[in-house]
Amino acid sequence: MASAAQRRIKSISYAKYGYLFILPFFIVYFFFQLWPLINTFILSFQDNKTGDFIGFDNFKTILAGAGGRAARNVSKSFYKSFGNTVLLWCGNFIPQIALSLSLAVWFTEANLKIPGKGFFKIVMYLPNIITAASVAVLFLQLCGEAVNTPGSLNLLLSKLGIVKHDTVSDKYDTIKFITGTAQARGVVMFIQTWLWFGNTMIMLMSGIQGINPSLFEAASIDGATSGQVFRKITLPLLSPIMAYTLVTSMIGGLQMFDIPYLYHKDPNNVNKDLKTVAVYIYEYFHDQTDPKMGYAGAASVILFIITLILGCIAFYLTRDKDEIAKKKQRKKAAQQLKQQNKQFGGLSL
Amino acid sequence: MSKMKAVYGEDKGSYTAKLRTKSMILTIWFIFLTIVCLLPMYILIINATRSSTEIANGISFIPGTNLFKNIKKLFGDVNYNTVFNVWIGYRNSFFITAFSTIFTVFFSAMTAYGIHVYDFKLKEISYTVILLVMMVPMQVTSAGFVAFMLKLKLTDTYWPLILPAIAAPAVVYFMRSYMKSSFPLDIVEAARIDGCSEFRTFVSIAIPMMKPAIAVQAIFAFIASWNNFYTPNMILISSKFKQKTLPMMISAVQASDKFTDYGAIYLAIALSILPIVIIYIILSKFIIAGVALGGVKE
Repeated sequence: MASAAQRRIKSISYAKYGYLFILPFFIVYFFFQLWPLINTFILSFQDNKTGDFIGFDNFKTILAGAGGRAARNVSKSFYKSFGNTVLLWCGNFIPQIALSLSLAVWFTEANLKIPGKGFFKIVMYLPNIITAASVAVLFLQLCGEAVNTPGSLNLLLSKLGIVKHDTVSDKYDTIKFITGTAQARGVVMFIQTWLWFGNTMIMLMSGIQGINPSLFEAASIDGATSGQVFRKITLPLLSPIMAYTLVTSMIGGLQMFDIPYLYHKDPNNVNKDLKTVAVYIYEYFHDQTDPKMGYAGAASVILFIITLILGCIAFYLTRDKDEIAKKKQRKKAAQQLKQQNKQFGGLSL
Repeated sequence: MSKMKAVYGEDKGSYTAKLRTKSMILTIWFIFLTIVCLLPMYILIINATRSSTEIANGISFIPGTNLFKNIKKLFGDVNYNTVFNVWIGYRNSFFITAFSTIFTVFFSAMTAYGIHVYDFKLKEISYTVILLVMMVPMQVTSAGFVAFMLKLKLTDTYWPLILPAIAAPAVVYFMRSYMKSSFPLDIVEAARIDGCSEFRTFVSIAIPMMKPAIAVQAIFAFIASWNNFYTPNMILISSKFKQKTLPMMISAVQASDKFTDYGAIYLAIALSILPIVIIYIILSKFIIAGVALGGVKE
C-alpha cells in the first residue's frame, strides 16, 4: 500500500547523494594516500639528486648492489635491515602467539575457577595502549648498562646475584642490553611481545567464543581431555583467525619503526642490529643534508609488493566461504540454463 | 550402589581436585604475567620519585622523597625545559589528536552511510576499493608523501597530520558492517516522507543511532593518533620546539645529552604516558570489548 508520497519518493533518484557522501573520503584519499603512493613509484624510478628518469637502476642498486662500492653498501644495508625485520618479527611473534593462544584457551575454559578474569585481561592489554616512543625510552633507561650507574634491570640482576658487583671500585659487571647484538635484539623482541600479546589474546578469545559451545559440551560428555579438545576442536576451528592474526602481524612487523628507531644510546646513529626496513626507508628520505628519495622510493615499492602479497593472503583466508559457494552455485545454474537453451536451439520451451 | 559410588564418586572427586589444582597453578601464572606487565611501569613511577644518585645506586620498590625536586628540575632548569616541556607536548598532541579523531569518525560514518543507504553505479566498486586499500601501510607511501608535502610547502604545518584522518578505510569498513546489522533503511524513507533533508537525516538520525560504533572507533582513533610518532616526526621536519608532539618530546629526551638526571628522565616518561593510562583506566571495558569485536570474523 504505497501512498502517493511514497511513490513519488521512489521515483526520485538519490544516487547523487551517494556520491556526495563518499566524496570527501575519496578526495582526501586521493591527495594524501593514493597520490603519495604513485609518487613513491615515480620516485623509485628517479635519480636521487637530479630527479631524472633512470629506469630500474635504483632497484638494481638496492637488490643487486650494481654500480660500485657505495651501491654495494646500500644493497648490503637493505638486506641486513630486511633480515633484522624478519628476525625481530619472528622473535616477537612466536612467543606472542604461544602466550596468547594458551591464555585465550585458559580464559575461555568454563570449568576453571579463576578469580578476576576481567582484571587480568585489562592489565594484559595495558601495554598496548602506551605510547611506543615512551616505552622505548623507558626500556632504554631500565636497561642502562653503564658500569658505574647501571639501569634498574642490571641492578635487579645484581641483587639476584647474576650481575657481579665489585665493591672496591663500585663497578658492576653489567650485561650489555643496549649495545650487545643479541641482547638488544632480545630486549626489542621482549618489548614487542609485551606490547602485543594482550591484543592477540583478546582477538583469539573472541574467536574461541565464536565456536559453537555444543561442540565443547559434546566433547566433555564423551570424556575428552582438555588437550584433546584443544587439538581436535579449538585449533582447527580457530585456524582462519590464527591465519588472519599471522598475516596482519607480518604486515605490522614490516612497519616496525618506533622501538627499533629509538632504542639506542648513540644519539646520532640507530643501532645497526635493530635497523628495520621502515627505519632504512625513513633514514633515506628524512636525511636533511643528502636525501636519497630514489632509494627510499625503491625500497618502499619493494615493501609495498611484499605487503600486497601478504594482504592478498589475508583476504583469501578471511573471505566469506558461504558467499563464494553461493556465487559458484548461481554461476553453475546459469550455465546449465544456457546449455539447456542451446540444446533446444536457443528456443525457450 | 556402593560399587557405583566407588567408581563415580572417587573419579568425580579426583576430577574436581585436578581442576582445582589446575585453576590454582593458572592463577599463579596469571599473577606472574600481571607482575611482568606492570613491573616496568611500577619501577617507572617509583624512580620518578627518587633522586638520580638513589636510582643509580640501587633498585627500590618503595617511593622516594624526591618527587618535588624532580618536578622543579624538569620544569625549572633551562637544560631540561628547553628539551621537554610537557604542557606544549600535551597541547600539540591534544590539538592534532582531537581534530583527527573527530574527522575520522565523522567522515567514516558519512562514507559508510553513503555506501549503505544509496544506490549508485560505483557503489560496489568504491567499497571494494576501500577494502583493498585498508592494508596499505603508511610506511610504504611516506617517501612519496613527504616529497609531495615538500612541494606543497605543507611540511612543518599540522595540515598533513590532521587532514588524512578523513580517509580511514578500516573505520569505514567497521562502520559499514555495523550499519548492515543495525541500521534499517526504512528509517531513511520515513525521514524523507517527513521532509527531512538527506544530510540532516544523516546528522540527526544516523549518527545518534551509530553511537556505540562511533564511540569504539573514536577511542581507537584517539589512542592511535596520540601515540603516533612516525608521521609527526617525518612531517615536522625542522622540529621546532613549539610544534613538537608528546612522542617527539620523549624522543628528544633520548637524544639530548644535557638531560642527565635519571629522576627527571623517569618523571618525563611518566608524564608522557599519564593521560593515556588515565583514559585507559576509565574506558578499559569499552576498549577490551572493541578489540574483541575486531577479532570476530564471520
